[in-house]
Amino acid sequence: MKHLDEYRDRAAAQTLLDEIARAATRPWTLMEVCGGQTHAIVRYGIDALLPGGIELLHGPGCPVCVTPLEMIDRAHAIASLPDVVFCSFGDMLRVPGSQGDLLSLKSRGADVRVVYSPLDAVAVARRMPDKRVVFFAIGFETTAPANAMAVVLAHESGVKNFSALVSHVLVPPALTSILQTPGNRVQAFLGPGHVCTITGAAQYEAIAARYRVPIAITGFEPVDLLHGVLAVVRRLERGEVAVDNAYARVVRADGNEAARRTVERVFEVCDRRWRGIGTLPKSGLKVRWEYREHDAERLFDVADVGAEEPAECISGQVLRGLKKPCDCPAFDKRCTPETPLGATMVSSEGACAAYYRHRRHALPLAEAVS
Amino acid sequence: MCLGIPGRVTELFEEHALRMAKVEFGGVARTVCVEHVDGLEPGDYVLVHVGFALARIDEDEARRVLEILEQMGELAAELEALG
Repeated sequence: MKHLDEYRDRAAAQTLLDEIARAATRPWTLMEVCGGQTHAIVRYGIDALLPGGIELLHGPGCPVCVTPLEMIDRAHAIASLPDVVFCSFGDMLRVPGSQGDLLSLKSRGADVRVVYSPLDAVAVARRMPDKRVVFFAIGFETTAPANAMAVVLAHESGVKNFSALVSHVLVPPALTSILQTPGNRVQAFLGPGHVCTITGAAQYEAIAARYRVPIAITGFEPVDLLHGVLAVVRRLERGEVAVDNAYARVVRADGNEAARRTVERVFEVCDRRWRGIGTLPKSGLKVRWEYREHDAERLFDVADVGAEEPAECISGQVLRGLKKPCDCPAFDKRCTPETPLGATMVSSEGACAAYYRHRRHALPLAEAVS
Repeated sequence: MCLGIPGRVTELFEEHALRMAKVEFGGVARTVCVEHVDGLEPGDYVLVHVGFALARIDEDEARRVLEILEQMGELAAELEALG
C-alpha cells in the first residue's frame, strides 16, 4: 500500500491530521462521494491515517460502476450492427457485459472507438456520413454539459447520423437514497468537487438541512480530502449542519450556469436504474423530445435487452456504505477486475477495484481497532 | 471519471459556431471547447474534463494538480487519451 510518505505536501497533510485529531472527541462515520476520492484515499492510505474513531465509507460516485449491465448489453447490441460506429470513453468500453466487453467486439469486425471528448464522436459522424455513429453518454453532472453540447452541435450543424445512448446519473438522489436506507451509518459527506463546479452547492444545502448531515465540498488530493474531513468533523462536533466549500480553489458556490443551461436544453430528468442499487426516482437524465433524432434509445430497438446480476455480489451494500469490499467472500476470489461480479469492481474508481489494486484485503489497522 | 486536467489557453477561435481554444497540457497542445467558461484570454488556465473547460483556475492550482496527477500515475494516461 502506498502511503503519505511519498506525498509532496506531507507537512501540510500532517498539520491537518493533527487538527482532525484535536477536533475529534468521539467516533464519526463519513462518506466520500466520488470514485476519484476513493481512489486517492486508498492509494495514499488516508483512511488508515485518520484518528481511530473516524471511519470513511466509500460512496456511489463512479459513473462507470453504476451504469447498469443491461445498458452495456444494449450498447453491445447497437455496436454489433454493421452500419454502426460505436464511440465511448475508454473505461466504459472495458466493462464486461453479459456478452463480453465492447472493445472485444472489434475482433468480430465491429467498429468500436475510444474517444476523449464527445465532440470527437460528432467529428467521426461528420467524416463518415454513411455510418450511424453512436456515442455512449455516461457520467455525472460534471460530464453532462459536454455530452449535451455534442448533441447540440450535431443538431445545429445537421449531423443527422450522430446519436447518443444516454445513461446519465445525478449525485443528489443517490445521497438521499443512502440517507434513507435502513441501517444508514453516514453522518456526513465529503461532497463531489468537480460535480459541484457545475451544479454549485444549492442541492447539497437542501440535503444537509433536510437530513441534518454536514457536507464539505471536497477535492481529490490528500490535503483536499483531509480539509474536507476536518470541515465536517468540526461541524459534527459542534452539532452544526452546513455545507462547507473545502475546494474553493476550484468550486464556486453558484457553480457553472452556462454549463447547466446546455444540460437543461438537451436533457430532462428521469428515473434511472443504478447498477448495484436499483432504480432511483429522478436520478438520471434522458434526451428531450426535441432532440429525439439524436437519441439512440429511440433510434435502435433495444429497450427489451435486459440482464441479471450475480446474486452473490454485495456491491449495492458497498455503494451505500453498509459494507466494505473486504467484507465480501467473493473479493479477490471469484471477483477480480478481470472477472468482476458487479459494479464496484468494474472500474478503477470503484471501491472494490481500488481495494484490489492496493492490496487492501483487510480493514486498515486504525479502523479495525476503533 | 470526473477527472479534471489543468492546461493553459494559448489561442481562442470558433469552430461550428462553438467557442474553442488551443490548450497546452505539459507541452502538448489540444483543442478544447470553452463554450461554458466566459471571458477567457490566452494565458489563462482552465480545468479540462472530456475536452471541455469546466472552470477557470489560477496558475498555482494548475501546477498543484499536474503534480498530483503525475504522482497518481494518471497524467500519462490522460494525455495519451487526449490523442
